[in-house]
Amino acid sequence: MTRTAAPAPTGTDDPALDVEGLCVDLSTPLGTVRAVDGVSFSVRRGRTLALLGESGCGKSMTALSVVGLLDPAARVTGGAVRVRGSDTLRLSPAERRKLAGPVLSIVFQDALTALNPVQPVGRQIGEAFRIHRGLSRREAREKAIELMTRVGIPEPRERARSYPHQFSGGMRQRLLIAMAVALDPDVLIADEPTTALDVTVQAQIMRLLRDIQNERDMALVLITHDLAVVAQRADDVVIMYAGTVVEKGPVRDVFSAPRHPYTQGLLDSVPEHAVRGRPLPAVPGSPPELSAVPPGCAFQDRCPLVRERCVRERPVLRPAGEGRTTACHFAEELTHA
Amino acid sequence: MSEGITMPGEEHSAGLGSGAEAAATVAGAEAAAPGSGTEAAAPASGAGAAARASETEAAARASRTEAADRASGAGAADPALAPGTEAAPNPRDARTSRWWRMLGRDRAAAVGAVILGLVALVALFGPLVIGDRAQRQDLDASLRPPSLSEGVYGLLGTDVLGRSVLARLVEAAATTLSVAVPAVLCSLAVGSALGLWAGYHGGRRESLAMRVADVILSFPSLLIAVVVLYVFSPSALNIVLILAVTRIPVYLRTARAEAAELRSRLFVDAARTFGTPSRKIIYWHILPIALPTLLTVATLDFCFVMLTESSLSFLGIGIQPPEVSWGLMVAQGRQYLQTAWWITVLPGLAIVLTTVSATVLAAWARIATDPAQRWRLTLPTKRRGASAAVPPELIP
Repeated sequence: MTRTAAPAPTGTDDPALDVEGLCVDLSTPLGTVRAVDGVSFSVRRGRTLALLGESGCGKSMTALSVVGLLDPAARVTGGAVRVRGSDTLRLSPAERRKLAGPVLSIVFQDALTALNPVQPVGRQIGEAFRIHRGLSRREAREKAIELMTRVGIPEPRERARSYPHQFSGGMRQRLLIAMAVALDPDVLIADEPTTALDVTVQAQIMRLLRDIQNERDMALVLITHDLAVVAQRADDVVIMYAGTVVEKGPVRDVFSAPRHPYTQGLLDSVPEHAVRGRPLPAVPGSPPELSAVPPGCAFQDRCPLVRERCVRERPVLRPAGEGRTTACHFAEELTHA
Repeated sequence: MSEGITMPGEEHSAGLGSGAEAAATVAGAEAAAPGSGTEAAAPASGAGAAARASETEAAARASRTEAADRASGAGAADPALAPGTEAAPNPRDARTSRWWRMLGRDRAAAVGAVILGLVALVALFGPLVIGDRAQRQDLDASLRPPSLSEGVYGLLGTDVLGRSVLARLVEAAATTLSVAVPAVLCSLAVGSALGLWAGYHGGRRESLAMRVADVILSFPSLLIAVVVLYVFSPSALNIVLILAVTRIPVYLRTARAEAAELRSRLFVDAARTFGTPSRKIIYWHILPIALPTLLTVATLDFCFVMLTESSLSFLGIGIQPPEVSWGLMVAQGRQYLQTAWWITVLPGLAIVLTTVSATVLAAWARIATDPAQRWRLTLPTKRRGASAAVPPELIP
């Protein structure tokens, strides 16, 4: 693979992507609700960060606001998203377009709908080269074939003429990855890249993502609700609940000694710990409606440790051990439990 | 490549039969017409069960059928069709021949294509052949019915001034097409461009475009035509322009609706994530999907424009005699309908045949340009039975 993109001007210790205090409001018929509330995280090149949480906890919304694809009903109301030293939320659309692709890029969950059904895949993969590098159709095609070879599509030259529906789910996901890494981005966001695939293919896709990440020294933001994927693949994890970050830290530490009851609940619900014949353990209840998040801790209704203070006062993220933060008043109790 | 198109007379009539069906639908409900055309075009064979099978399977099956076709010599006439076409030195040739083969698979569409081709040829070269026969009067030969004994020009009878109906049909073909085709193309181009732009961007631009469409629609189109053509001279150019303008809203609304739906698709988002500018997203991602629909609308509109042109001619502000169009012929022959049906019926038939052919061909084109449906046209048709992947003459 040729590396034509200039290396990041920032030093290696600076984060490739730095999200700070991101807030996203959603307008609904019942009023405005806050879907993402003060989310912060950062990731360096070569590292993998996992955004973990239940459906509707705001992880995809976070990803979409980072790449600037929010629905018109949603609006970023605060925070900053820094890549290569500029805040993408404050750039003009034309300046953003220059960053999209060479700096920041995304792999979607549903590969079939993310590919144009009436265009040969070769042309779609080559599109990025035609826009950012001004290559001719023929040159872009060669580049696309090169990428298809890299992501493991057999007979790429012939398959470049095929249409998306003629590929299997796993192959389509490979095509999406090819498209996303075409311009060698600093940061690759993968929004549940394996959710729609069966388990064996999931493993292949995750391996491919890892290989490409190592090869190109990218920062990877992995959005998922699959604890196993996080445990295997991520360096750091950000656990989200009802639009806020509840715990953050290195995966190894967080998973071995969670400092937030929600994290604890998630880990307990992994079937490996289950006893045959008993119901699977799960976090009781369901996340609060975004329009009716209680004034204190968002997790209070489902928390085994809930006290009077949790109802009154919303916990803020505070340090809890080396490189870790948690948003629980009683994190210490979990540590010693 | 013509072996795909020529076929026995029996099948010919079958093709026309389904065409007539489509014609009935056109008369009945405009919107339903493409649907019925599709049904006529799609082979509902046993192999059609594959339609219900998974897409991938279907595609695989289609390519297998194609391979079988090549091997069985159906396309042996063209050396480029040998197995391994993909690697052939000239892929463009292979692609063209594949289109011809798909056309051959759909009999109704093939007949439609032949008819349209003939009409176009007649319109282009007919006037050169007939000279001034369309205007030559012979009052002794007034209102002669169609007969075989009067020479070529008497074949379809004569009108009240003794002019040959055949010659007039030929000359009218040129006039009619030279008005209808440019008018449809102009409104298609302008309306689609505006509609896609409006639908993709939404918001204020969308409102603006839709209000323009509403304003045009709020006048009866015939009224605008009457006013404009009364003020300006009723030349062919003016007729084309006025027809084009009054039909713009049709394309504008269709294109806007398509674009508004497509802009929220994930692949458009995906294109945005690597910085494709709006203009290119519309051109690369939205137009190719909206185009088949727009072309179907255009062929239906083609009928409408021909009929409007005849209304205008009938009102005396359209095509001016001694020039002649099909619509004008219908209008002029109306008063002799009881005594000399051929003056009215034959140009009417020409209008119907042309529009039905265009509609059927449009239905075929819609399937043929859709990569996910194209395989239908590579399947053998029902009549030849299950073993039809092998042509009958090759079965021992």
